[in-house]
Amino acid sequence: MAKKERSTPEINSSSMADIAFLLLIFFLVTTTIANDRGLSLQLPPDPDQIENVDIKIPERNLFKIQINSADKLLVEGEPLTDVTQIKDMIKKFVLNNGRDPEMSDTPKDAIVSLKTDRGTSQEKFIEVLDQIQGAYYDMYADRVGVTNSRWREIASDLSNPENKRMYDKGRGRTPNGQLEFPMNLSIAEPTKIGG
Amino acid sequence: MSKFKKKSNAKQDIPTSALPDIIFMLLFFFMVTTVLRETTINVKQRIPDATQLRKLQRKSLVSYLYIGEPKKTGQWGKEPRIQANDVFIEPKDVVLWVTREKDKLSEVERDQITIALKVDKEAKRGLVSDVELQLRKANARKLLYTTLQRMDE
Repeated sequence: MAKKERSTPEINSSSMADIAFLLLIFFLVTTTIANDRGLSLQLPPDPDQIENVDIKIPERNLFKIQINSADKLLVEGEPLTDVTQIKDMIKKFVLNNGRDPEMSDTPKDAIVSLKTDRGTSQEKFIEVLDQIQGAYYDMYADRVGVTNSRWREIASDLSNPENKRMYDKGRGRTPNGQLEFPMNLSIAEPTKIGG
Repeated sequence: MSKFKKKSNAKQDIPTSALPDIIFMLLFFFMVTTVLRETTINVKQRIPDATQLRKLQRKSLVSYLYIGEPKKTGQWGKEPRIQANDVFIEPKDVVLWVTREKDKLSEVERDQITIALKVDKEAKRGLVSDVELQLRKANARKLLYTTLQRMDE
C-alpha cells in the first residue's frame, strides 16, 4: 500500500501548561500541609487502677506552679508575671543536688507540679508547659552535648539505635531501667474555684 | 535620527516550551507533600505557639481530637466542644472513640496510639483535662498538644 502523503503526526501541546496549572490549583486549594508537631506528653495511668498510697514528698523536692482562672501565675508561692523566668528557675531547682535546702535533693527526686484551674486558658497552660519542657530538654541536651533542637530530633526518632543510646544517656537510664534524670512532671487535676 | 530607528534582529520571545515541565514539577511537589483534608473542622482552631516542639514520626498512629468553640455558634452554642471525626462528642464518649480508633490499627501497634489534641487558645483547661482523664481511662496515654512554632526568639 502506498502512502498518500507524508505529514508528521503532531498533537497540539500548547494547552498542556493550562491543564497542569488547573491541576496545580486544584491541589493547592484542596490540601493542607499536615503539621504533626507540638508538645508531646505522656499521661499517667488510669486513676482507678492506681492504688491510692499516700506518699509524702518533702516540700523541697516539689516545684509548684499554679495558674488561676485569670491566667495569673503562682510559682513556689510567689506571684510571677514573666513566664520565661520559669525555665531558669526549674533548671536551678533540678540541678541543685542538695546544696540549697529549699531546692531538690537530686534530679531524680525533683518533681515539677503544674496545677491549673478549670477556667485557665489552654494558651497559658501551653506557654507554661513549654517552659517546663524547654528546661528539661535544655538539661538533657547539655548532658549529651548537643543543642536543644537536636535533642528534640533525637527524642522524636528512637528507632535509630544511635538516637536511642543518646536518649538513654541524656535521661540517665541505668541498666535496670531506672532513670537518673527523669522528667517528673505532675499535672494535677484542675481546681474548680474560679469558674 | 537613525539611531533610534535601528531595529535589532534579536528574537524577543521567551521560550515557553519548558513551562509545562515547570508546572508539572510544582504539581508533583504539592501532590506529594500534602494530605487530603479528611474531616471538616467545625470548631475554631487558633492553635497556640510554643518553642519546644517535637515531631511525630508515624502518622498512621495518630488520631486527632479538635477542641474549641463551635464555628456555628447559632446552632451549637458558644461553649467549647470536642470534635472527633465529623461529630461533636462529650468527654464520656472519648473512651469509645479511642477504642474505635485503636481497632483501626493492627494489634501490635494499638498501645502506641498517639492522640493529637488540637486545642483552641481560648478553650478552658477544665474541658481539656476531662478529655485527658478519659484518655487515661482508655489507656491511650501518648498525647500531643498540637502547637505552632513560635517565630520570635
